[in-house]
Amino acid sequence: MKQGFRQSMAWLHTWTGLLVGWVLLLIFMGGTSAYYKQEISRWMRPELPIAPTDASTALASAERFLHHNAPDATSWNLTLPDARAQVVEMYWMNAPAPEGAPERPAYGSATVDPRSGQAVAARETTGGEFLYRLHFDLHYIPALWARYIVGFCAMFMLVAIITGIITHKKIFKDFFTFRPGKGQRSWLDFHNVSAVLALPYHAMITYTGIITLVFMYLPWGIGARYPDNEQRYYDEASNRIADTRPAAGVPAQMLPLTQLLAKAQTQWPGVAIDSVAVFNPGDANAGVMFSARADSISNVVPSLLFDGVDGKLLSRSEPPGAATRTFGTLYGLHMAHFADPALRLLFFVCGLLGCLMVASGAVLWATKERPKHLKAGRIGFGLRLVDSLNIGAVAGLPIAFAAYFWGNRLLPVGVSGRAELEASVFFWAWGAALVAAFVWPKRAMWAWQLYAGAALFAGIPLVNALTTGIHLGVTIPAGLWSLAGVDLVCLGLGVSLAVAARRVQRWRPPLTASQKRAQPGKGRAVATTVAEPAPRGEHA
Amino acid sequence: MSRIAADVPWFKRPWLGVLSRSCAAIFGGYAMASASSLLLARLLATPSQAVLTGMMIGILVCACAALWAFATATAWRAWAGILIPTIVMFALSALLARAAA
Repeated sequence: MKQGFRQSMAWLHTWTGLLVGWVLLLIFMGGTSAYYKQEISRWMRPELPIAPTDASTALASAERFLHHNAPDATSWNLTLPDARAQVVEMYWMNAPAPEGAPERPAYGSATVDPRSGQAVAARETTGGEFLYRLHFDLHYIPALWARYIVGFCAMFMLVAIITGIITHKKIFKDFFTFRPGKGQRSWLDFHNVSAVLALPYHAMITYTGIITLVFMYLPWGIGARYPDNEQRYYDEASNRIADTRPAAGVPAQMLPLTQLLAKAQTQWPGVAIDSVAVFNPGDANAGVMFSARADSISNVVPSLLFDGVDGKLLSRSEPPGAATRTFGTLYGLHMAHFADPALRLLFFVCGLLGCLMVASGAVLWATKERPKHLKAGRIGFGLRLVDSLNIGAVAGLPIAFAAYFWGNRLLPVGVSGRAELEASVFFWAWGAALVAAFVWPKRAMWAWQLYAGAALFAGIPLVNALTTGIHLGVTIPAGLWSLAGVDLVCLGLGVSLAVAARRVQRWRPPLTASQKRAQPGKGRAVATTVAEPAPRGEHA
Repeated sequence: MSRIAADVPWFKRPWLGVLSRSCAAIFGGYAMASASSLLLARLLATPSQAVLTGMMIGILVCACAALWAFATATAWRAWAGILIPTIVMFALSALLARAAA
């Protein structure tokens, strides 16, 4: 490391980026799709009614469901429907099973139709939640470990972004520079354009992503200041008022939640209620807490706590402290719940640029490495490994994502364990792409896999039209843009992948100077056919 | 780096330097982040705000430590520049804990 500062930063950028690039690509793709988590979930439950419901009806339905299905839970938590989600999501904490009784799970959850008060009468699916969870829980690995792995990769990403900026001498000039058809130079330009264009976004999303799980990564301060009550830290740090009264152990008739909702709405005129938590339901010490829907970037929202039996206002949240507001803003920026449709679309596009940045960085490494191997006469193990992983991730992951949507439409509706089957469709498809990439990591494999991803994505509106009644022919005339949008974005991704595949297929290695001299008449014509961005390095 | 002759003693080989710096960046960086988050958690008055501030700053400290590990001239300096502040911060937070008790 005797070179200058910038060279050492370039070295660090290359290696931090490459080592975790493929996991980062999965995280970026999952996270980008999660901007439309609600819309994807809605699309994946085509049986649901379309019209929205008011908060009061939804709350009454939810309460009915919980009284019936979780009467002896220690707490209920539910999120009311909004413009983007037309269902009530809820979970409850179970009391420990009495002595001698069989064990029961620590918590239960349900998705309830706000009209009927029944569990949604739709196909069993995890919907957009699967893609959202995938981007930090990685599905098959225990969630705790997955989050450590994701945090580790994200830390590498943060270092790669900072070193990338330092490495970049002409950050402003390169903003406008793209030289297609020049092999490695084009890849570097493309990497720069995709990175610099959305640079504030990339830095923000990486740092805030780590921040969302930071209490797992740096828990030491909690132990120091809250040695025997960790829960109190979480309540104070998120400015949540908690009902600290223990259960009285005496059953009592609670006021209907809708009546308390009305009280909350007189306290907060014009404020939308987002979530309701009930502590000790059915107990003399029952408490009911209402939290407002975020009306700014921060996800730290005010809340009100009522006595569940006599309806008295017990407490209301104080204005949050500076660190809590900062944290809430960073968290809120990552989740983007505040974003209106146009801003959400911008975030989605920036997320896609992030995917392209990670992908082009990994491909650039291989392109830079290849001439050495060609000179030596054989492709070494390291380059072959990177080639395989590049194909399996960059071209293979779109196949997996599209296959997940196909699985949602084609798996039989009544089959048991259906939600998990949908997830396995994702991983089987990705596994197949990875195996194929390792068996034959050549240019043709790039084209095949990109075409496969293109066909699968472009086919989603079609398979939707053949299997459900919420296809483009219905949703566009009715102006149901959140449903039509899923079909249209899939179609757009399919077309983009097809364009990429075609370019890979038609790419020819540029002629060397001596070859050009050998065919003077054709030299010009060949040069123009080559003047396309080379989607990957020289690989015959 | 490839021009370095093969007769340098093993402990001066470049790959060892890279490995050492990587360890300094990953483990040292994490230790430094932990130390700074702990110190800030004890230093500031309101407990919840202090802990949160420590966490949010700690992540940035970790990133800066990683940069330092590869930017500085030698692997020894990389370790020293990370370990000394880490130890100082841990010691300070231990002192603060004792003063508070």
